[in-house]
Parts: sequence; C-alpha cells; structure tokens
Amino acid sequence: MSGAAIIGIGCTPFGRYQDTSVRREAVRSIHLALADAGVNWSDIGYAVGGSMSSGSADTLVSDLGLTGVPFLNVFNGCATGSSSLATAVHAITSGTTDLALVVGFDSHPRGAFAIRPEQLGLGQWYGSTGMALTSQFFALKIQRYLYEHALPTRLLTAVAAKAFRNGARNPNAWRRKALTEAEIDASMLLSDPLRQYMLCSPGDGACALVLCDADRARHYRSDPVYIAGTTVRTRRPGSFEVLSPSLSIHRGQSPTVDAARAVFALAGIAPGDVDLAQLQDTDAGAELIHMAETGLCAHGAQRELIDSGATEIVGALPINTDGGCLANGEPIGASGLRQIHENVLQLRGAAGDRQVPGPPRVAFSHVYGAPGLSGCTVLTR
Amino acid sequence: MTGRPIDPALMEIDADGLRLLGSRCGACAEIDFPAQRSCRRCGATDTTIARLGDRGVLWSWTVQRFPPPSPPYVPRGREFEPFGVGYVELPGEVIIETLLTESGAGRLWIGMPMRLIAFDVPAHCGEQATTFAFTPVDDGAGR
Repeated sequence: MSGAAIIGIGCTPFGRYQDTSVRREAVRSIHLALADAGVNWSDIGYAVGGSMSSGSADTLVSDLGLTGVPFLNVFNGCATGSSSLATAVHAITSGTTDLALVVGFDSHPRGAFAIRPEQLGLGQWYGSTGMALTSQFFALKIQRYLYEHALPTRLLTAVAAKAFRNGARNPNAWRRKALTEAEIDASMLLSDPLRQYMLCSPGDGACALVLCDADRARHYRSDPVYIAGTTVRTRRPGSFEVLSPSLSIHRGQSPTVDAARAVFALAGIAPGDVDLAQLQDTDAGAELIHMAETGLCAHGAQRELIDSGATEIVGALPINTDGGCLANGEPIGASGLRQIHENVLQLRGAAGDRQVPGPPRVAFSHVYGAPGLSGCTVLTR
Repeated sequence: MTGRPIDPALMEIDADGLRLLGSRCGACAEIDFPAQRSCRRCGATDTTIARLGDRGVLWSWTVQRFPPPSPPYVPRGREFEPFGVGYVELPGEVIIETLLTESGAGRLWIGMPMRLIAFDVPAHCGEQATTFAFTPVDDGAGR
C-alpha cells in the first residue's frame, strides 16, 4: 500500500493550565510522539502544525533543536489538526519526506470565544447587537435540525451524559466526572435548547503525531495505523455556517457531507464498515448532526442509535470514546489531533478502560470548523 | 426610532419605516444580506441592491441567556436581560439572522409569522442607533 502511516502519538492532559504553558505542553507532546515512534527530532524531514492563539507552530523549533526542517504553519479553525495531518500526508505521498511530524496546540481564556466580526468580513453592528457568538449559532442550528427531523431535545442530554461518562475513563480528559442526565438537565440554560453541560468549553491542550511512508511503517513498529484517507472541504452554496447574517433559501449540504463522502471514496471503505468514530461535538447537538452528515446513519436515525446504546463504548458504533470536546474542552489547534490520538490508541488496542471491544479495524474522525470547513480521516489497522 | 441606522449599508429609514437592503445577483438571482459586491453562490460581480420584504416566518430561534463577550457586544442596560435571536425566512428572498422582540421560549415556534420593526440599541460608540428586529405578527387589533 502506498500512503502514510501513524507510528507515533503524543498527547498531554487537556484542561486549563496553571503550572505549565501550552507551548511547553506542545514540546512535551512532540517528545512523547517521537519516543512512541522510536525516532529523533533530527530524523524528521517535514513538520506542520498550528494553533489559533498560542503562536506559530514553527517557533517550537527553538525548543526542539534547530535542524533546518521545513515547517509549515496551518490555521483552519477547528479543522486545524486535520488540515495539518492532510498536509503531512501529502508531503509523504509526494516523496518529500519519509518522516513527518504534526503538532496542534492552543490555549483560550475562560468563557465564550470572543469574536471580532470585522476579521470575518462582517460589520461592527453584528457583534455590537449580540449575534457574534458561536454558542448561539450552534443553538440555532440544532433547534432547526431537531425540528426538521422530529428529534426530541432529550437526545442532547443523552449525548452529553455519554461524553462525561467516557471522559471519566480518559486520564487525559479535562472533565473526568461522570454527570447524570438529571445533573445535565439542571445545568444553566445558556442558549435554548443548549445547557451549560451541553456546550464544550474553550480550554488548553497539545497533541502531536509522527507519520511515515506506509511501506516503511513496520520498520518502525509492529502495530502501525494506516491513514486510509484524509480530506478537507470548505462550504458550498446553501450550507448553514457560523456567523451568517443571512442564509440562502436554497438549502444545501454542509462541508461535512462533502468531506465524509470524499474520504470514504478515497479510502475505499463504506460508512457501515466504521468500528468507532470521533465526531466534532462542540455542543451535544453537533454530535447528533454530524452522525448523519458523515453518513454513519440516516437523518432522524440518531434517536434509535442513542436509545439502544449503540453509540456507547460497548455499542455497535461507539462515538467520542475519549469524551469528545464536551469532556476534553476545545483547544482549537489541538482538538482534531486529539481525535486521531484516540483512534490510534483504539486501533492499537491500547485505550485501557475505554477500549472498544472488537478489536476495531476501522476508525473515523471528523472535525468541523469556522467559517465553514470540515476535515475527515479514516484510519485502519 | 433614532432615525440613525446602526449601519447605513444594512437598511434605509424613511417615513414608511425601515427596510432591509440586500443584494440580488444578476447571474443567478441569489439574494444575500447584507448586500455584497459579488454573489456568495456563483461569484458573479453584477449584484444590485434589493429592498427586502418585511414579512416572514420564523425559521429557527434561540434565547441568548448570558451576556455575550463585550466587546464586541454593547450591553443594552446595566442589568443583562435575555434576548431572542432567530432566523426569519423572507419568502422567495433570503433567511435573515435577526434579533427578536420576544424572548419567552414558550412563545416562540418555528413557522410563526413575523414582521420587521425598527429597534433601538446602543452602538459601539455609546450612542443609541437603530437596528432591525423581527416581532411576532399580532393578528389582533394591534396590528
């Protein structure tokens, strides 16, 4: 097979850092990934990564060693990690390098993301009147989705409860306490129908991967994980995106639909073959929407899947096994790579208390970011 | 109504009240709001200003129950009060994101008829300015 494989992963605990810095954690995650792959920083022939608000990834070389490596900075919203991964895969499959490093990290202050409308081509009025808020957008999006597909609001509670249950089994998760559905329903209503525990919090985190040419993967380790496909897509007409003062009456598919279709075609794998999935769950509603938009189920079928326990770790289609963004928080640059880290652990059979039975052979990951782009990756054992 | 639009590109205000200004694409007829120089659907650059309708139906809604980060939000009073936000579909034109005058979750439902009104808010410079909002259509005598 010609392509790329993941031979090293490194992820440090997510949360809100007090006695460390996100840049220090980024360097630590890189050292973990290099050690996991059994290679040195000086062996890396190509590096790529990004963060939204913690500086340019290439500046980490001052801590890693000045090897002269080509290092690209990527920023693609919440799809930054996936986009960096796709870039590293291109570097390997084009023959640019045999070994590539991918890193994502970020740190955000407490509370909702502060948005500057003028940086997004929007007028000052949009922010001053109180509409420049990602949480508000997610509420408007899931409200419409629940209506169109006749789904009950209680599914949002069920998704959130699962996230915290899974996060409690993940030593790297920020939120490690399982919450009951009653506790979630008693949390503050922030933007109807979304409550406090149904929305992820901006936080701190860092994650890194080492990739190599697939043909050489077993030279490095006996259990490489292969990247069967990775894609990034931006929005087409009629998709419903964050920070949209208006929408077209001609409704269209979201970039997630395009990215997922493309990655399954590229991998030659059907959605039905997926053994577990990590989906962008900026809020509990996003997980519901993305289950269908990625092709993992039909629109409206989420109710039966969730009620039957299919999306639990021991179910037929485990989703967000590490607790997702709800339990890990969202450091934007690191989030997509956290999903890959989790899928690699699961495919290696090394996920400990939260290992999905199987063993799994196909893992899917999906990120969705502002202002309307999606990245999907299929990993195989 | 202050008569001073929060952004003159968004609306015109005259004796008849407030009208929103969008743009219509000369190539594919897509309507956008606020008006754009090129079409978001096809990229054509022959867009013209379109005065949009003032009636529609609620397409989605939420209630903003915590103060948005400020800046960019300009608080409307000393005490924060939750406010409604929605998307209103103007039939055959465009779906507009808008403030709602109604913030009672039990009184908002997708598909409810709405109409455009002028709504005064503090602008970033601190002075009052007129923006737009949608309000439930009252079919009774008050209409």
